[in-house]
Amino acid sequence: MRPRSAVWLALGWVGFALLPWFAGSGTQPAIAPPSPGPAGSALIDGLTSGRWWLLPLALPLLLALAVTALPGLRARQPVVLLASGAFGLAWVAAQGFAIGLNGWAWTWLGALFGPLPLGQGGFGAGAALTALSFLFLMTNGFAGLGFMKGDRFTAGAIGLVLAAIAAFVFLPVGYVLSGAGDTGTGGFSAAALGARLAAPDIWRLSCLTEAKSCGVVWNSVFLAVLTGIATTLLGLAFALVAVRTGFRAKKLLRVLTVLPIITPPFVISLAVILLFGRNGTVTLAMSDWFGLPVSRWIYGLPGVLLTQTLAFTPISFLVMIGVVQGIGPSLEEAAQTLRASRWVTFRTVTWPLMRPGVANAFLISFIESLADFGNPLILGGNFEVLSTKIYFAVVGAQNDPGRAAALGIILLCLCLGAFWVQRQWLGKKSYATVGGKGDNGIPSQLPRGVKIAAYATALPWAAFTFVLYGLILFGGFTENWGRNNSLTLRHYIAAFDLSWGPGGLIWSGRAWGSLFTTIEVAALSAPLTAAVGLLTAYLLVRQSFKGRGAFEFLTMLSFAIPGTVIGISYILAFNQPPIELTGTVTILIICFVFRNMPVSIRAGVAAMSQIDRSLDECSLTLGAGSVQTIRRVILPLLRPAIVASLVYSFVRAITSISAVIFLVSPKYELATAYIVGRVEQGDFGLAIAYSSALIVLMSVVIALIQFAVGERRIGRRTATPVTLQEKPV
Amino acid sequence: MSIASKPAGVEFRNVSRLYGNTAAVNDVSFTIEAGTLVTLLGPSGCGKTTTLRMIAGLEMASSGTILIGGKDVTRLPATDRNVTMVFQSYALFPHMTVADNVAYGLVVSGVRKRDAAAKAAEGLELVGLGGYGQRLPSELSGGQQQRVAVARALVLEPEVLLFDEPLSNLDAKLRRKMRDDIRELQQKLGLTSVYVTHDQEEALAVSDRIIVMNKSVIAQSGTPDELYRRPKNRFVADFIGGANLIDGELVGRGGGTATVALGRLTLSVPDPGLPAGEVLLAIRPNAIRLRTGETGGDGIPVTVRKATYLGSHMEYGLTSEFGDLFVVDPNVASPVPAGASALATFTGDGIAAVAR
Ligand SMILES: Nc1ncnc2c1ncn2[C@@H]1O[C@H](COP(=O)(O)OP(=O)(O)O)[C@@H](O)[C@H]1O
Ligand SMILES: [Mg+2]
Repeated sequence: MRPRSAVWLALGWVGFALLPWFAGSGTQPAIAPPSPGPAGSALIDGLTSGRWWLLPLALPLLLALAVTALPGLRARQPVVLLASGAFGLAWVAAQGFAIGLNGWAWTWLGALFGPLPLGQGGFGAGAALTALSFLFLMTNGFAGLGFMKGDRFTAGAIGLVLAAIAAFVFLPVGYVLSGAGDTGTGGFSAAALGARLAAPDIWRLSCLTEAKSCGVVWNSVFLAVLTGIATTLLGLAFALVAVRTGFRAKKLLRVLTVLPIITPPFVISLAVILLFGRNGTVTLAMSDWFGLPVSRWIYGLPGVLLTQTLAFTPISFLVMIGVVQGIGPSLEEAAQTLRASRWVTFRTVTWPLMRPGVANAFLISFIESLADFGNPLILGGNFEVLSTKIYFAVVGAQNDPGRAAALGIILLCLCLGAFWVQRQWLGKKSYATVGGKGDNGIPSQLPRGVKIAAYATALPWAAFTFVLYGLILFGGFTENWGRNNSLTLRHYIAAFDLSWGPGGLIWSGRAWGSLFTTIEVAALSAPLTAAVGLLTAYLLVRQSFKGRGAFEFLTMLSFAIPGTVIGISYILAFNQPPIELTGTVTILIICFVFRNMPVSIRAGVAAMSQIDRSLDECSLTLGAGSVQTIRRVILPLLRPAIVASLVYSFVRAITSISAVIFLVSPKYELATAYIVGRVEQGDFGLAIAYSSALIVLMSVVIALIQFAVGERRIGRRTATPVTLQEKPV
Repeated sequence: MSIASKPAGVEFRNVSRLYGNTAAVNDVSFTIEAGTLVTLLGPSGCGKTTTLRMIAGLEMASSGTILIGGKDVTRLPATDRNVTMVFQSYALFPHMTVADNVAYGLVVSGVRKRDAAAKAAEGLELVGLGGYGQRLPSELSGGQQQRVAVARALVLEPEVLLFDEPLSNLDAKLRRKMRDDIRELQQKLGLTSVYVTHDQEEALAVSDRIIVMNKSVIAQSGTPDELYRRPKNRFVADFIGGANLIDGELVGRGGGTATVALGRLTLSVPDPGLPAGEVLLAIRPNAIRLRTGETGGDGIPVTVRKATYLGSHMEYGLTSEFGDLFVVDPNVASPVPAGASALATFTGDGIAAVAR
């Protein structure tokens, strides 16, 4: 323990004594901004500019130094590290929250301790590093006392994940809860909270009795159930066709199913409008040929359901393919040797093994649908759902954060409820089917009925998707879809023009700025998301420690928070010290990491529980520690999950709109927010051109990631020259 | 460079392992001498694997002390113990070649790549798999995978080498060969090995000593010979070698033997150290001989219920006043036909008395 504790201790001192404690100088208008460099560190600032409350941080650092450096005190090291880490962390947080820009954050503190000479800004690099150091000193202390089987890595990882979730999920959600009970004068009242939560336009059931629309909650739930069922069935069909049949055009199937993933969800809405809108191709054809009246039927539940199903089927496919692939073929072979026919095998072995995966896919789609924002925004019409209602409560004429917060709470509860139901159904089953042995037999063929059903579902859907993409790619080259179909490059030039000026190349197109920001944010957040997600999955699946149940519950909670809620909560929480992030690129990255982490965790958990535990245990007996075991055994076997996580988080960072539409700033504009802005202005041409460019860009990147991470090398015997095993997507 | 061994002894002092409120291993103490092969034998679920995993450090004892090489390792995690294990499922890393699998432990403990590869090759040679290094585990047969798992555990020169039912996934013929190979290797390298099995024949064949476990506790431990000839209780007598268990009465003792009355017959058995009175006689199937055409004498009258010819010997099922008896008789030249009456006599060896 000593060397690593010493490193963290040293970093703690660096953060405390050398690095600037506060964030950039422009953020503290009410106080003399601490200058950057050594003078801005907590130590110097505390000594010279009167911020005495920073000085007690030296105490835990000194204590930790004493037990680490003095041999006589080493026996007490774990206890002291634990205590000083905990105290340091608590002090950093307490003083940060208690003292704001203009002195005490709460008036009763001022009444208690008297006024302060000056306030303070948000945490900077020094504060972050010191807090991290305290955290790891604390977890090292924990491990030293024999918790977590004495494994420092596990202790540290749990501490890190917990702290991150606390700071970037629960703290903001706490702000939402308090915001929903806001009385308008800065206070909190239960009555205000109750009134907002019980508003009739949220809960009414009038659509059952009269021709009025139902409460927004019922709309959301109804939509989510339909989307969940549709995407799960489609995902399963795709997975079965891709893995378990001799279908020849599997590659094409793969491409078609990957296409919607790399598309911002509202782009599908645009394509659907091009097809079924008032000037849509199908609409015009129907009215020409059959005299059907042109209507706005697509705006509402049908359109949103259609687009969400298109948008989320690939995610469900990604989940299902892992599940179908992970079923050890030897089990099915065993069943067949036990006189089970193909159909009986499927029903009694394959399907029960897949059932948790199916539930998982439904869960993901259900929550995606509840949280989806872009499609209802564009195609919803009068069909209101919670996420759009939250948005309009903040940005619209209402500008009522309290109401947005209340709607956010309801949305949150719905998602939590979905998790609870799902977990009841899933139970505590663990299916470790890819065993330690290399030979697992040959995946069996599907029974005839299932095969036909899978083909009949997957192939038409694939064809439909193909048509939509043709439209999107083609639509960007037309002058004005449906009205003036002459070809033009106008929209592409407007978006991506390049010219030579006196200073060299000028990125004069209107899309360049948001595109560069988007790529930067996506590239930074994808590996972080995968890392945090897989680390959490590892802790959940592979480590048993006291409080594991509670830890699982916390990470589960963070699953269930929809993007819109995250967006509004981030505005509420990170607009002020101690964590002041609005308007920065950091908040976008953090938002993506915690928003996309759930799927990364899910992918990791699913993949990891299919790797037999004896592999890790064997590695441990061979002298490898946790870190080595992860690096050399688990990670290589997890490649499909890593690919899925990386792809998913990168793509989501580019296509996501729900959370970030609250968080973008003129300086850091993201592509999706920009495109939605164009759509709202009626500039469909540029929006479609930009979307097509994004789609092409993302295909390239996915191909690169796929290439870099490679494929899982588990030699299974293959049945025929036509391999049944597929590469991970 | 060659594969040496650093055998160390293992000692359990009052070790228990609880899962919730039930004990998988309950207050177990034993000593394993360095350089010997000791088998943990018992029916499924009796706590063998749990005991083995506690030696490996994969499972932490709930109470008690574990010593390896005289050092207290009770709280030491698996990584820091110099103990390796051959898993029941072999646990070969499916994404690494055979050579990488074998070199794994060396590489992670910081041995230079080239040395590790050389040593791995040597390990593979030792188990008769030289030249298979570049294959993937999936390209080997079950027996070969087993050997790779052994090689991987050997090259680290462990203080203790553990086997968890290593042969349970192999066919019978291979099982016999593998068990002889393992024993030979263990003796050649002088390894300390702990071997888990539920197969008593396997245990008798490979072990220096056997620890018989039943229901989370040790039923008896000793050399194969001791366990077979002087079982301490009904469970061991029945589990090892199989025995006809019939009621008798201990009537006297002297000079290391005891006299037991069986009906009007008296037999002398090794002194079980039990008080005079009711005991259970464990009579090995091969300790009974059949005689026809005689009456009286020192036997009990029986009827042959079933006679089976097995080439090297005969198996009989008998009915007697003491219950059914099972007999193995090497006399195949003049078998006794089914339905015949005969006299069963007892040879001196192969009878033990245990508590009822
Ligand atoms: N992780 C566990 N949780 C609960 N019970 C366990 C666990 N591992 C083993 N057991 C129980 O402990 C007992 C001994 O198991 P084990 O040592 O695996 O037996 P075996 O002798 O067959 O190897 C069994 O009854 C088993 O059900
Ligand atoms: Mg076992």
